[in-house]
Parts: sequence; structure tokens; C-alpha cells
Amino acid sequence: MKTPTPLVLELIDAIGEEAVVWHDEDLLVYEYDGTIDRGNPDVIALPATTDDVINLIKVANKYDAPVTPRGAGTGLSGGALAAKGGVIIGMNRMRRILNVDVENKTALVQPGVVNLDLGAEAERHGLAYAPDPSSQRACTIGGNVAENAGGPHTLAWGTTTNHVLALELVTADGEVQWIGHDTRDEPGYDLVGCVVGSEGTVGIVTQALVRLVPRPTAVRTMLAIYDSVRQASNAVSAVVASGIVPAALEMIDKMTIAAVEPVLNTGFPLDAEAVLLVEVDGPESQVEAEGARVEGILNRFEPREVRSATDPEEREHLWAGRKGAIGALGQIMPNYYLLDGVVPRTKLPDVLDGVYEIAERYRLPVANMFHAGDGNLHPCLLFDEREPGATERVLDAGGEIMRLCVDAGGAITGEHGVGLEKRDYLPWIFTEADMETMKSLRAAFGPTENFNPCKIFPKGHGCGEAGHQHAQQQIAKFGPKAFV
Amino acid sequence: MSIAPPPINNETIWLTEDRPDAGELGLCVHCGFCLNACPTYHDLGVETDSPRGRIALMRGLDNGRIEWSPRVQQHFDQCLQCRACETACPSKVPYGRLMEATRAEAFARNNWPRRQRLIWRLIMRGLFPYPRRMRLAGYGLKLYQRTGIQALVRKSGLLERLSPKLADLDVLSPVADRPFYANREAAEISASTPVRARASLITGCMMPLAYPETHRATVRVFARNGVAVDAPEAQVCCGALHAHGGDVEAARELARRNIDAITPEDGDLPNAILINAAGCGSHLKEYGHLLRNDSEYSERAAAFAARVRDVHEYLVEIGFNPPGGEIQRTVTYQDSCHLSHAQNVRSAPRDVLRSIPGLALSEMRTPDKCCGSAGIYSVVQSDISKRVLAEKMEDVLSTGAEQVCTANPGCMLQLDAGIAHYDDEGRMMPRSTHAIELLDESYRLGDAATNR
Repeated sequence: MKTPTPLVLELIDAIGEEAVVWHDEDLLVYEYDGTIDRGNPDVIALPATTDDVINLIKVANKYDAPVTPRGAGTGLSGGALAAKGGVIIGMNRMRRILNVDVENKTALVQPGVVNLDLGAEAERHGLAYAPDPSSQRACTIGGNVAENAGGPHTLAWGTTTNHVLALELVTADGEVQWIGHDTRDEPGYDLVGCVVGSEGTVGIVTQALVRLVPRPTAVRTMLAIYDSVRQASNAVSAVVASGIVPAALEMIDKMTIAAVEPVLNTGFPLDAEAVLLVEVDGPESQVEAEGARVEGILNRFEPREVRSATDPEEREHLWAGRKGAIGALGQIMPNYYLLDGVVPRTKLPDVLDGVYEIAERYRLPVANMFHAGDGNLHPCLLFDEREPGATERVLDAGGEIMRLCVDAGGAITGEHGVGLEKRDYLPWIFTEADMETMKSLRAAFGPTENFNPCKIFPKGHGCGEAGHQHAQQQIAKFGPKAFV
Repeated sequence: MSIAPPPINNETIWLTEDRPDAGELGLCVHCGFCLNACPTYHDLGVETDSPRGRIALMRGLDNGRIEWSPRVQQHFDQCLQCRACETACPSKVPYGRLMEATRAEAFARNNWPRRQRLIWRLIMRGLFPYPRRMRLAGYGLKLYQRTGIQALVRKSGLLERLSPKLADLDVLSPVADRPFYANREAAEISASTPVRARASLITGCMMPLAYPETHRATVRVFARNGVAVDAPEAQVCCGALHAHGGDVEAARELARRNIDAITPEDGDLPNAILINAAGCGSHLKEYGHLLRNDSEYSERAAAFAARVRDVHEYLVEIGFNPPGGEIQRTVTYQDSCHLSHAQNVRSAPRDVLRSIPGLALSEMRTPDKCCGSAGIYSVVQSDISKRVLAEKMEDVLSTGAEQVCTANPGCMLQLDAGIAHYDDEGRMMPRSTHAIELLDESYRLGDAATNR
């Protein structure tokens, strides 16, 4: 029988027995998130209040234990993994929507509130919470803030950072700070902007004041079916070039359709090479005019068909095919490695060709479903981790794809964060001096070394460098100074 | 931090052939979409009591990373088996099947507390499979209620002191104030001509005692729509509770007896095998899977399962006649988990309700979230069950409905207990109902109006 460590015992003293998980078999289910990496925490703390968070940070500090915040564990860069062991702070029990201010269009929420639950509450007041990651049914606002989450509808509305006004933060010293302001513009440094996307490395968010937006009065969702990925990508470029900013502009390729269609019956034709999902919203007249223009552009690239969803149910159905796409890949292979890269939109056709070429060379099926409108690619490499050498092949191929994005003038993440998975690629886009500057910003928030260690920045004491030798090899291949 | 270790195959961990299938476990890509759909994750707030966590535990057992322990089993025991996670799952992991297989393993380990094992033997094996013993028990309950002993006991708080579990059971006991349903009654109602189809009704173990009027309404409704319904005498309990609890041997025996009773080898198959209890319906549809390795019954079981229809599903399938009688009432519809999540029947019950003149349907925010009944869960895991019910009742009461309508006896009992406890202002009718009873009432009111 395992006995609790002093760290566990003090955590129990601090926040109660019901809020501390420490048995081996229970820790097993906290070793994963949505990625293929793993981390092994020593203990899980499940605070119910900001005070709990303060108290447990103080205990962790006493034992010099790493702390890793975790929302729903749906992340796709390993952000919620305890890379260096220590304490995982599960924020999922702090899930109350504290206030919806209809007139000022804001909501005050705890970090464990599920994105879609906030959306539903906002909808009751005729409002919406704009960032809509595909995992929105489960992912939490805290996690969204940490990773600066996006989603299909951030093309027009911007990612999470554009929707957070103020944050309550527990710092590494165990102090509570409010940063930001309930008005849109605050004099001085944009501290909220620093915290959003900081992946849990500067503090633990315990409350968030977020913006709500009016719900559009009209929506039109179009499905354009193409016989080649290139035609579809050219159509994307043309829509963007036209000056219209659709609410969403998504591409789904043949492999993804093969996974999604049998289980979700969304009506995507199985023999199409790519489909585009385009949504315009706003006032009735604008939707009508823009919809017609977009349809005209889509039609210029020889689609097999452009169809429009006529009622909300049909629209939901089309979106289910997009938002359920990643999970549905389990139908084809048991594991996936989902990449997140950004490229200039004009480079989309070439980069996609490159992605298919790399996947073929590594003998890996690849599924693409992504936010084409903002050039945010999500190539998804499919494999079976039980096959010897498969994981290594996938990581190598992933590295090449990342490099491809960087070479095209892009970056290694659009919305999933750098996390554990891509920290070794950071030197591809930043110089040593850039990274040192970022580290001094992190240090300005206090003694933050133990806050989600081994994330974002390459190297790091005790982060198990061996596990990332594949990334290191990729770096070696292209040279560390090959940043853009 | 490391890359996931390749799973080690450990053949010794599982005791039975009913173990969770490794291929089906492999379908889970741990995306986490199921978490927020899970009532126990919502309530307990730990990953171990989420669908993704429980699957990880099953995998951990399967690849030998963890051992079977009371702690692990507790997470399995705390699952409601509501299967809301299956609706949320984009990979279509057959979670219900995996959990039943895991429960079968737990059962085979025979490591429940002595008292729980004894109760299972007495009630699940000794009572439920025998219609006559059930009836005797039903008369006992009737006596207990009619003589006023129940009222007295409830007032005295005696049961709470004796055993809180018994008190829970008492709160959840049905009101046995109607004549019990006899299977021969079905044949006494003749179908309107032309007869479109012939169907057999599975009357079940508890419905004839607790909800006999639902059966009477079912037969009348189908007769009116040209479906001749019989209820073969030799049928027994469907075995759903046994399968959900892991007693697959008992479940298989009951399935074989029902297959013989409803689809005898020398007889014609009925056009449909009707069921008005969602939990039973989803299990009956799994007979093929349950008996897949039974050389004698596997084919017949698959043929049987293919004919099973929930009553709402079948009404819509045959195109039921619109009823004429007005019922001025606002109702809300609770999706029974085993109808919505397990059988994917969601619109049919609503179609039935909307066909009734005067009836208004006021939807809950989450009508397909479990009420906490979950078979015997409400007694075995009463604490979690009560908290799940409390949330459900908040949703029910916020609809402003006068009556709650659902599709499963367990849900009806649980919601009745909820109304008794939470509807302080007495805004709602104390007894929940089944859509088919409302449809029957509307038909009959329509007749009365025409005959006047």
C-alpha cells in the first residue's frame, strides 16, 4: 500500500482530502491530454476557490514542486501535462459563471467553466462568446486563456486574447492580483495580453472577465465541394483577397471526410478531394450581399457543387462534421498527431502539396481539416503507437511539416500553443536574444520557474531531454539558426 | 515526460471472455469531448470518474500497467451507464458495451461485500426472473401501501434509522394502486381493420406491477393503428439490470427464455417486438451481441434484436393516426438515456407529444441529461444519484411544465421522487407519465367527443 508523501499530506491539510488525488491508479488518468505525449504527476490538487489555489501554491513552493494547471485536458500541445512531475492543479471544479453583464456585454467566470456552457448562458441573453475551439463542448475558459485558443469563428472575431478584459491571477508567490480593466482600453502595459497565451507559465488564472458579442441576426453557411485541394485553396485565397471577412472559412480534405462521414453523416461526398465550409453572418442585408459574392467567388474555381444550409439544424450538421473531425479519426487509426502551423494564406496551395508529399514519404496517412481563412493548418498524421517505430516516424514527419511552415514564412502554432510538443522548434522563429527577453518577462511575474516547467522554451533543467531527441534531430538537420 | 510506452499484452488480467475488447478500447483518442457530458465527472470533478478516465483505467488493466483494486472498481461502479458520452464521442467508442464488459469482469471477481452479494442473489436472481414471485412481491407492496403502514413508516422515520438504503428504496417504490397487468389482456383488445402488422409486447418484470396502465395504453394505441399486439405468457424479465450489473450469465439465460417465448422456432416472427421501457429496449436490441458466442442461439438472437422497436419509434415508423382529443397541459419531456443515447430515439417521442391537440411541450435546457435513476444505481449509489436528481429537478421546474413525461419506468420513479422532494409549491402533477399514455388519453377523449 502506497503511503502519502509529505507533499500530499500537506496538500490535504491545505485544501481537504476530497480535493487531493494521489494513488497510482488514479494518477494514471492524468498522464495524458489530447496529444501523444505523456507526463507523470505526483499528485493532483482540485481547488474549489481562489483561496485553495493560494494555499496549494504555498505548499508546492515549500516543497519546490512544479505546478501545472489543467482545465479539461483537451489541449493539443501537451500544455496540461506534468512534464516534470509535481502537482497538477485541476481547475475543473471552479466552474461557476459568476455574472453576465448584459448591458456591458461581459461575463465574469471561473476558469473551469466549459466554453460551450458560457456560450449557452450568453445565448440566453442574445449574446455569444466568440472563440469556439472545436473542443468547445469540453474545454474550459482557463485552458482557452492559457493557450490563446482560437476556433473556426476567430477569423472574423479574433482569438481568445481579443476577448479577455481582465484576469484574477494567483502568482508564484501565492499572491492574488487583478490585471486588466473592465473597459476596453487601459493605460499602461497590456498585462492581460502577456498572460493570455502564456500557457500557465506566469500564474494561475482564477477568474476571467470576458467580452461577449451580439449574436448575428442572420447566418449563411455554404458547403463548396472541389475535385482538387489546389482548386479549394485557390478559392480560399480569392475569398480572402476579395476583402470580405467571412465568419468562418474551413477546409476539410478527403481523408477527413472518410473518417467523419460514416459516423456523423454530414453529407460531405466521400469522393471529393476537399470541401470548404464558409459562413457569413451579420445583419440580413449584409449576409445576403456577402453570401452572394462569396458564392460567386467559390464558383469561379470549378466546384462540383456549392450548397447552402437553409436551416439551423442543417448548419449544425455541417459544423458537427468539422468539429467532430479530430475525434472521428479514431475510426481510421488508433492514434493521431495533430499539428498546428500557420502560413501566409497565399502559400496555402504549395504548403499543402508539401504536407501531402512529406506524409507520403513517411508512409503516414494524413488528414487535413483546418482554418483555411487564416492560414492555420492542422495536418493530422495517423498512426498506431503499437507498431514499432511508428511514433518516431510521426514525430520526424511532424518536424518536417513544421519546418515547411516556417520556411513558407509562417509559424509553429496558430492556436494550440507551443507547449511541450513544439518547444524545440521555437529557435526556428526566435533568436536566443528573443527568447531571453521572453524569459525576463516571465520572471517579472515572480519566481515562476516551477510554473508549468518544460513548456514553450527549449531545454530546461530536468525536462527529460532524451524524450525529445527527435525534435533535436530535426533541429540538427536544418540548423538552429535557421530562424526566419 | 515521455512518449507513451507500447502497451504490454497481459492475458492474465481478465478472468472472462466478456472482457472489454482491446480494439474497441483503441478507438478512444482521449480527445476529452465526453467529459462535460458525463454526470459523474460533473458531480465528482475527477478524471477517474469520467468516460475518458474509465477507458484509460480499462486500458491500464488491459496492458498490465495497473492491477484490479477496489479503488479502480469503485470508479467503474460509480458509472451511471447513461451513455451520454457515446452521443458526445466523435470516435463512436462503444462505451456502454465496454462498461458492461468491465462490470462482467467485476462480477466474476465476486468481490462485492457479502451483504451486497446476498441481496443480488435474492433479488436479481431469485425474484426478478420469476413473474409469479414478482407478482407476490407486488401484492406485498400493495398491502403495505393500502393498510397505511407505508405512510406510518415514512412519518416515523423508522427506515432512516434502520437503514438509509431501505429508506431510499421506500421513497422510490412505485404506487401500486392499479390492478396489475396480465399478459392475456393484450389479446382481448382487437386491432382495428385492416390489420397492418402483428407485434409482440415485452411486458417486463416491473412494468406490469408499477405501470400497468402504460401497457394497457400501449396495446390500445397500437390496436387503434391496426397493429395486433400479443404478449406471450412465457416471457420473462429482459435481463437488462443483470447485464448492466455484470451478471451476464443470468442475462444470457433470460435472453434465451425470451427468444423462445417471443420467437419460437416453429412460429412466424412478429413484425415488431415492442417495448415501452427504454432501458429494456436498448438491452433487447443487444441480444445479438449478448449471445454472439452461443452456437445454438446466436442467429435467433440477432433476428430477435433486429425486430425490437421502442413504442415511439414504431409509432412513427408505421405513421400513427393523429389523435383528436384535447389535453390542455404543458409537459416537459425527459429523454431516457437508454432511449436517446443508447437507441438514438429522440424525435419520435416528441412527435407523439406534439401530435396531441392542446398539449404544449416546454423543453428543459438539457433534457437528455440523466436523472440519476440508472436502474438500481439510485439505490446502490444513492448519494451521487440524489445530487444528479437535484440538478435535473432544477431544470424540470424551470420549464414551467405541469407534468413530466419520460420513457422508462426507472426514470418515472426517480422523477416522481424528485417532484415530491423539490416541487415545494406543488406546481406539478405528482406522477410523471409516459407519452403513450397521453396519446391514448387523447384518442379516447377524441372518441368521447365524436360520440357525444
